[in-house]
Amino acid sequence: MTVNPQLSADGRLKHLLTLDGLPARILNQILDTAGSFISINDRDVKKVPLLRGKAIFNVFFENSTRTRTTFEIAAKRLSADVVNLNIGASSTSKGETLLDTVANLSAMQADMFVVRHASAGAAHLIARHVAPHIHVINAGDGRCSHPTQGLLDMFTLRHYKGDFHNLTVAVVGDVLHSRVARSQIHALTTLGCPEVRVVGPKTLLPRDVESMGVHVFHKMEDGLRGVDAVLMLRLQNERMQGSRLPSAGEYYKNWGLTPDKLRHAKPDAIVMHPGPMNRGVEIDSAVADGMQSVILSQVTFGIAVRMAVMSMLAGGQP
Amino acid sequence: MKIRIKGGRVIDPASGLDRAQDVFVAASHIVGVGQAPADFHPNQVIDATGLVVCPGLVDLSVRLREPGFEYMATLETEMHAAAAGGVTSLACPPDTDPPLDEPGLVEMLKFRARHMPGPRVYPVGALTWKLKGERLTEMAELQEAGCIAFSQADSPMVDTQVLLRSLEYAKSFDLSVWLRPQDAYLAREGVAHDGVVAARLGLPAIPVPAETVALSTILLLVRETGARVHLARLSSRAGVDLVRRAKHDGLPITCDVGIHYVHLTEMDTADFNPNCHLVPPLRSLRDRDAIRQGLADGTIDAICSDHAPVDEDAKELPFQEAEPGATGVELLLPLVLKWARETRLPLPQALSLITHHPAAVLGLDAGRIRVGGPADLCVFDPEAGWIVSPSALASLGKNSPYLGLEMQGRVRYTLIDGHLDYRSSPT
Repeated sequence: MTVNPQLSADGRLKHLLTLDGLPARILNQILDTAGSFISINDRDVKKVPLLRGKAIFNVFFENSTRTRTTFEIAAKRLSADVVNLNIGASSTSKGETLLDTVANLSAMQADMFVVRHASAGAAHLIARHVAPHIHVINAGDGRCSHPTQGLLDMFTLRHYKGDFHNLTVAVVGDVLHSRVARSQIHALTTLGCPEVRVVGPKTLLPRDVESMGVHVFHKMEDGLRGVDAVLMLRLQNERMQGSRLPSAGEYYKNWGLTPDKLRHAKPDAIVMHPGPMNRGVEIDSAVADGMQSVILSQVTFGIAVRMAVMSMLAGGQP
Repeated sequence: MKIRIKGGRVIDPASGLDRAQDVFVAASHIVGVGQAPADFHPNQVIDATGLVVCPGLVDLSVRLREPGFEYMATLETEMHAAAAGGVTSLACPPDTDPPLDEPGLVEMLKFRARHMPGPRVYPVGALTWKLKGERLTEMAELQEAGCIAFSQADSPMVDTQVLLRSLEYAKSFDLSVWLRPQDAYLAREGVAHDGVVAARLGLPAIPVPAETVALSTILLLVRETGARVHLARLSSRAGVDLVRRAKHDGLPITCDVGIHYVHLTEMDTADFNPNCHLVPPLRSLRDRDAIRQGLADGTIDAICSDHAPVDEDAKELPFQEAEPGATGVELLLPLVLKWARETRLPLPQALSLITHHPAAVLGLDAGRIRVGGPADLCVFDPEAGWIVSPSALASLGKNSPYLGLEMQGRVRYTLIDGHLDYRSSPT
């Protein structure tokens, strides 16, 4: 691998593409900065002028209302001008290449691209080709990485548990197809979490996943025993029946998070989910809406975390 | 035209010759090695002092991209690139557009290639119509038109009944069938080795059994039919082991690897470099080491460039969308030299894998230096260092995993059929 494409020569964050290889110093800096934005979001006037005059383009090659909206809110609270582009799959079918699209948008005086794409490495590719003053935030690339989701999950964990150094955390479900899981695992191992587990059927776990520093469990009861946090993953509809899983029902029975299964975790364990949830598939409503669920806090914190990333990239260090 | 190649280290891996002496060429043949024939008055003297004179290289897989993919590369550019790489005989796979499944297409390709400078071109015909894996091609007709073997290139042969029958039919004419072992179902949608890097990057993976399951099927069918089969582009340790055992059992098989699999691994894809998106995928270090072992112990018969020039538009994409393949015909020799240096392999033994061994796979009396043989020669400077860059490559394809890196060893002269088809510009 070449030099870290996310950092500038003086070690500052230049792009946010993946949490893989990002030093703990930067992760903590983002989380600390996000902490300072939490209070802004509770004010009547939820706006600070840090990015006034900056143009942020949400460039979504893959549709997502929820993620795009949170980035938009974060940018607007920093007083940036936001342009939303849902490019979908159509632009490439019109013959324009990904890099042509990016070159065109760069010519519109963008300062930052928030990019989502169905293929792993798309944000890396764009970051390699944009003008030096443009920053790129990866809002999800294929199964590879969703760094702001990973960061907001770390923020949530830290908020409720204080510190990573004594935590046991289980990531449950379709790790194979999940960019969220990969970002969570990279962040947890970097921040010093001593035990990260992945729990799921062998068909939904990557081969050699242990090389990422996790322990593998196939049975929910074993995987959840004594954990401080359960990070649930979404199961895509198209994966519920096929060669990886026989049915949503069998998945729920074995890996759906029910109050019964949750009892194997520590009594004060928290439950997280990146949304949108499939109630009755990967998570039972009694858990999703229960006392241990911090799922809605994740959404709130997500805005502060995205504000932190954007301000660190385009506004200089706050 | 009479040429004297003077004072070079002459290496003929087939005969074991390795000494400093002169080589004499007249018309299209080698007429003397060491000693000039009587009354030999050269029109040209090539000073090969400090250089190696070896048989012209024989490359089992060079995509010339014609017909159909002229936007990627042309016959003319790739023939020149091959000569610049020291290659004097090459086999080109049938994955053109349309594929080489009709005698007319093959005749046209051979005709055009014959009328331009560059290597001898041996087309590999399509084993099935349109490479669809359904209907056999007219193999006998195609052979008459000039096809040296038959293959599916990188297209899958899903239907094992068609596979069995194609081997039986080929056997009827004693034709050679080249197969790249890959189970289409196990490889479905995959772009990377099912290992640590794919786990980390979330790239859709191709497990090793995609190779070994297909390989086992092919080996069983070879046992059944006795067909002559060449296994192309092995990528895994388990695959090399299967071939080693099958050869030990006396099956009529040969096999090759692409040069990039001798050096690179999945780790080289960790920064999404689309030039490392190859088929089959680059696998683990253990797999690469097993390939090196297989080359050293003779399990693997040949190293090819698997030259695949790809235009920038098709490469400058996210890893999994990028067109697979790497340009390589000009890097074959320097990368073989690199491998020989790294493993302390004697140069003649290393050169065997790109000269007379692949020639034997093709059933050709090529890749040798002998009096009376064709004057196909490669003269290279084993020490010359150069940087791989778009301008340093003659191929239209600039898609090399080695861009920006230094190579040691550069071709100075390539003689094909007695003609000086390539000479490097003075540095």
